[in-house]
Amino acid sequence: MSLMPGRALRAAVGEAIAEMIAEDARVVVLDGDVGSSTGVQQLEQSHPDRFFQMGIAEQNQLGAAAGMATVGLVPVVSAFACFAVGRAFDSIRVLIDQPRLSVKITGGYTGLLTGMTGKTHQMFNDVAIMRTLPNMTVLAPADEVEARQAVRAMIETPGPCYMQVTREASPILFGPDYTFEIGKAVLLRVGSDATIVSTGVQTTRVVEAAELLEARGLSVAVLHMPTIKPLDVAALVDEAARTGRVIVVEEQSILGGLGGAVAEALAERHPVPVARLGIKDCYGESGPNEALLDRFRLSAPFLAEDIESILTAGRRESAAVTPGA
Amino acid sequence: MIASEVDLDGLRDVARRIRRHAVLAVAHARGGHLGGPLSAADILAALYFEVLRIRPDEPDWPERDRFVLSKGHSCIALYAAMAERGYFPVEELMTFDGLDSRLQGHPDMRLLPGLDMSTGSLGLGLSAGVGMALGARVAGKAFTTFVMVGDGECNEGVVWEAAHVAQRYALDNLVVIVDKNGLQQLNWRDETSGLRREPYADDAMRDRWAAFGWEVLEVDGHDMAAVVDALEAARAVQGRPAVVIAHTIKGKGVSFMEGDYRWHSRVPTADELASALVQLAEPAQVDAGVRS
Repeated sequence: MSLMPGRALRAAVGEAIAEMIAEDARVVVLDGDVGSSTGVQQLEQSHPDRFFQMGIAEQNQLGAAAGMATVGLVPVVSAFACFAVGRAFDSIRVLIDQPRLSVKITGGYTGLLTGMTGKTHQMFNDVAIMRTLPNMTVLAPADEVEARQAVRAMIETPGPCYMQVTREASPILFGPDYTFEIGKAVLLRVGSDATIVSTGVQTTRVVEAAELLEARGLSVAVLHMPTIKPLDVAALVDEAARTGRVIVVEEQSILGGLGGAVAEALAERHPVPVARLGIKDCYGESGPNEALLDRFRLSAPFLAEDIESILTAGRRESAAVTPGA
Repeated sequence: MIASEVDLDGLRDVARRIRRHAVLAVAHARGGHLGGPLSAADILAALYFEVLRIRPDEPDWPERDRFVLSKGHSCIALYAAMAERGYFPVEELMTFDGLDSRLQGHPDMRLLPGLDMSTGSLGLGLSAGVGMALGARVAGKAFTTFVMVGDGECNEGVVWEAAHVAQRYALDNLVVIVDKNGLQQLNWRDETSGLRREPYADDAMRDRWAAFGWEVLEVDGHDMAAVVDALEAARAVQGRPAVVIAHTIKGKGVSFMEGDYRWHSRVPTADELASALVQLAEPAQVDAGVRS
């Protein structure tokens, strides 16, 4: 079974923000001259008194959002992940996270698929960086259903929040009865050989990879982590205890992101072998989406191949050390 | 209120007390900054005792004017102004920079009621001020946001990002005060003279803000009557944001600190402290030969 095609998260997020603006007088949007890319452009006309064009100046954009939050508003920042987190990190750290202000940062174009823009725009470190901020909530929804709910939850929950928003159309993972909750992992599939932990749109590729693996006789659980901070450590430990092996997959650097968070938590709470699949400490490049996913081995077939080799290598190792084998 | 109707001598004495508190607190903490707090003291006295519409007994009053000390390292002078104004006991100033103190080395709005913004990373306070001014519009509030920056701070590019956006939105509810004391921490070395050069010449500072579309006012930042009038005039500007370039002397009020960039963050010795306190004593006490 392959997943049904869905829309891009950025489109769903733009609509969800528009809904929130209509129902919550505190919500305003600050755009960093990327509204036509991030899905908030429609608000420029529909809510001109609540949409603020801040130009190509992210340090000020994030700082001004903090100032608006002090007046009781809930500013939603529309920016590319690479520039919001990369260029404006000091504004975020000093003016938003330290004073725990309710600024909601949507980091668009995160990960590998950025519309042929290549290394400068492909942000692989936003989760790793943002999760080190003590007061920041870090979200990475997987599909349009979850993204819509995540926008609402982020606005209704006080405090700083960062949400990854991907650019490209991605499959539908969740049905209409799904309920997103900040800080809760979602067990999408049970399995016995290992638990694959993933986040964001990458989870949809992991689900497809799990089906390919099943056909090859490997049974893997899939644990989706739409909240990277606070991490659902209880769900993670439960799964680690059940399968005894964890493989983290993310469309991010293998350093410090979800893989880092999972490895840290399990090392202290329930040590099991942990492998990390993602961008292997290198920069990206421009290219068509499918080619990029294959090149960086994040498409379902390559993932299935890599997960299989991790698991079978594990079997060979345990066979090799078994006395009398 | 215009300066002719204001108790200027009272404001001057507040400024003197701010300076005295600052020197004492920095000496006691054995850390902090002095040059910048001393250059800003008169303006802070004018703001907190005359210009700002505030309620010290109701620090969260939604309609209050906002003040952001973007040059956050000068916060001991802000704390002193707030204590004198009644936000917290003057005695608490001696906890400055200590563990568990509400008076952190750079302002923390979550610790001290009455602080409108946490600052400390130069340049960012003006962005926050732009957000407050925009937010006032959305929320339908009539308050004015005042932001104090240093002239050295204007090296930061984000100051000009914010200046651009403020002009774009014609934020006439935003007033910037440049504490133009002519010195920064190390400064730019003049190759010919070997002396320290100020960050921006007077005309260069004026031209920058004017080019960004701001109404520019200039004032002697130690002339209390002129400071009060300039701040009120800046508040009254309509249709665009206003900047008051206040020409000040770094270390003002303590003769051996004035104009010496090394007092940016130096701690006075016991002898220096005693000498400074004599200079900052109540005029009557000086006349009576009292050494406080």
